Amino acid sequence: MTTLFSALPIDIALSVIAYWLLLGLIGLLLQNSRIISQWIFPAGALGALILAVGAVSSLGGAVNTAVLPLGLPDLPFHLRLDSLSAFFLLLLGAAGIGISVYSAGYFRNMEGNTLGLLCFEYHVFLAAMALVFMADDAYLFMVAWETMALSSYFLVTTDHSVPEIRRAGFLYLLVAHVGAIAILMCFGVMQGGHGDYTFAAMRHAHLAPFWASATFLLALFGFGAKAGILPLHIWLPEAHPAAPSPVSALMSGIMLKTAIYGILRVTFDLLGMQLWWWGALALTLGLVTALFGVIFAAVQTDMKRLLAYSSIENIGIILVGIGLAIIFHSFHKDALAALALTATLYHALNHAFMKGLLFLGTGSVLHATGERNLGKLGGLIHRMPKLALLVLVGVLAIAGLPPLNGFVSEWLLLQAFLLSPGLPHPYLNMLIPITAAALALAAALAGYVMVKFYGVIFLGQPREDKPGEQVHDIGIMERIGLTWLALGCILLGVFPVFFILHIDYVTQMLVGQTLGSTAAQTGWMWLTPIQPERASYNPLILFLIIIIGVIFTMQVVKKFYHGRLSRGPAWDCGFPEQTSRMQDTAEGFGQPIRQIFELFFGITREVPSPFDKKPHYHGETRDLLWDWCYVPIARITETLSALIGKLQHGRIHVYLLYSFVTLLALLAFIR
Amino acid sequence: MANFSGQLINLFAALLLLIAFAMLSQRRVLSLINLFALQGLVLSVSTMIVANSSSQHHLYYSAGLTLILKVIILPWILHRLIRKLNIKWDVETLFNIPTTMLVGIALVVFAFNLAAPISQMAGTITKGTLGIAMASVLLSFLMMITRSKAVPQVIGFLAMENGLFFAATSATYGMPMVVELGIALDVLVGMFILGIFFFQIRETFDSLDLKHMEKLKED
Repeated sequence: MTTLFSALPIDIALSVIAYWLLLGLIGLLLQNSRIISQWIFPAGALGALILAVGAVSSLGGAVNTAVLPLGLPDLPFHLRLDSLSAFFLLLLGAAGIGISVYSAGYFRNMEGNTLGLLCFEYHVFLAAMALVFMADDAYLFMVAWETMALSSYFLVTTDHSVPEIRRAGFLYLLVAHVGAIAILMCFGVMQGGHGDYTFAAMRHAHLAPFWASATFLLALFGFGAKAGILPLHIWLPEAHPAAPSPVSALMSGIMLKTAIYGILRVTFDLLGMQLWWWGALALTLGLVTALFGVIFAAVQTDMKRLLAYSSIENIGIILVGIGLAIIFHSFHKDALAALALTATLYHALNHAFMKGLLFLGTGSVLHATGERNLGKLGGLIHRMPKLALLVLVGVLAIAGLPPLNGFVSEWLLLQAFLLSPGLPHPYLNMLIPITAAALALAAALAGYVMVKFYGVIFLGQPREDKPGEQVHDIGIMERIGLTWLALGCILLGVFPVFFILHIDYVTQMLVGQTLGSTAAQTGWMWLTPIQPERASYNPLILFLIIIIGVIFTMQVVKKFYHGRLSRGPAWDCGFPEQTSRMQDTAEGFGQPIRQIFELFFGITREVPSPFDKKPHYHGETRDLLWDWCYVPIARITETLSALIGKLQHGRIHVYLLYSFVTLLALLAFIR
Repeated sequence: MANFSGQLINLFAALLLLIAFAMLSQRRVLSLINLFALQGLVLSVSTMIVANSSSQHHLYYSAGLTLILKVIILPWILHRLIRKLNIKWDVETLFNIPTTMLVGIALVVFAFNLAAPISQMAGTITKGTLGIAMASVLLSFLMMITRSKAVPQVIGFLAMENGLFFAATSATYGMPMVVELGIALDVLVGMFILGIFFFQIRETFDSLDLKHMEKLKED
């Protein structure tokens, strides 16, 4: 603690929560779109800034606890701010600043009463997420968790007049509640039968391995539903496109991380033990999720759906890191566990920035063109150069290119994989190299997806003859918000050691080891996970090499090629009339992937016959898990409900008969 | 004396059961109400005998309450109701009275079986009548199930309360006064509410036949 803050960090965080709630109420009462967008959202961003600064100052500081006499009588709210909470509060605050500032610009033309409601829900959502990170008993955790789910549900269904959006919202709410039930049961098992639902009591409850495993599985299921782990991912590609873009950014960037926080909290903090097969399970699930997400992202034609699938992929990568950390920790290789955990946390932070940036970018595109379909966009770099530049940063980061942040975390994760031989378990030693290869595949495909995303939206020519004149570049507030997030991506990429030194407090708390001392051993410019002889990474030097390489290639091309350039309409390669519709489309770009991974998709295609006067091509890829998993469940539920519905006759006599028979049966039973 | 009053109580208990069977087989609404009033009277008199022979003075109040409520007020309300609804001579179709009676006999056997261990434990002079009390509760319930019109069902409900009251008297010399007053008030208020419902039901369906309420079922 510095003298700058005389208050405890937990007090700062709590005041920020109260402040957000107050802002939301003011917005709800005012219903004035000018005041809300010009003052309240920036004020919310200020709160996020204070929260982030408070969280940084409390990383590694003493653990703060507080008891609020709210809630039910004799059941107060317990709060606690330790390094893990602080890290995620930092994530929330830091990404929240950019998103709130952006929202100030994005929502400025919204109607007053709708915006008032949205402003209320938005700030309640932020406050609930902060409370989730600080809860220290199951009761407050569930209250905050459900508040978060409900407020985000209302945010998703902002345009509730559209039936698809209502449907998406319902799906989201359904999955969220199924998950919440699992989490509730997880806490129920974890309290170990003594009825004390504070986390402090859970830390001391020594569970038998069977019950600990049950807890872990329930937590994985419950938090997995929120994070979008396969097969509970189905709500993500529906809810993210349905929500307004800043809300998608909040949900994807931050809310998914509450689930990651939950898994980490339960596995490493509350449960006193880890079994290696938990890690193997998480690793496998994460890997499948990552591959699934990225393959589906590659064939999407809606830009927000594409990003939603990309979120699934990134959650998968994070889960792989968690799985790896569990495996290492269960075999007491804590240094390696710290490495995997650092990669996980780093990637969570990175994803908040880059996915926030990209979702906000799609929001601006949507505002400017009114179009979400990639097939109708294109060439926006000419009309929105500022946006194009900022989104480029996010795209490069998420594609995992140095010197940006995505590279750092994925590189660290791969390092953790490479150091895994030496585990005393033959199966794991076989499994892990395979997963490492698959992860590399996912990372490469992510690059492919991002080339598609950026190339189709911003490069080339506009595909449709939209009245292009009214497309204008982003406003000042949007630009500030996006710049903040882009800057975050760059700083996280260029100064990894600095951030890892902060993450160390969390790994110290969770696995008792740190990475920072080794990471910084060759100076703060060099990131060295284990030993300098094995591997180290200097983002700046790498970036310099890339720049030099690019400039060199450009010069070479210019020198040898440009001199011989000639323009002439000779044969035109058979295309004498080229229109912008002839550019590579999103579907076309995704075609190879669709071909290769055809097995995973349910593809329906309508190909026109050669004699068709108005040829029309329609292709659709569906999620097979939907057919395999959810449709049967829905059908069974419907059948059961119909069976139970038969009890309802509408005849009073029959109802009386039910109670009569019950009475007789009970009388006969007690006799 | 105790022996004589014990015999007397058994006699009234038998009467109660008989009336319960009579109600089960009665088709006409008006006679049903009269039978209900008669049941109330029998109940009241038997309670008074119990009060006299066991010198439990609060039972006199119970008996008086029963007399006023179940012999005078409720039958009067019901009479008024059926006059207003003009269903005095309503003959309703049951499903097959002999079958119902057979089921009723099976229920009585069941009730006696059930009551046997309990009455052995009870220390009251009325302990032998517990089986009858339970039988009349079950018979009234059966009556509610087999009737298709609303008014007989309500009478069945009220008769069930009679049976419960008798059970309480025979097992433990009645319930505490507060509880008894509460139940009496409940029955009275319930009667008023059901009376209002009758008019509403008839207004909506043009009949008090409950089969019309099947329309309310959700499809």
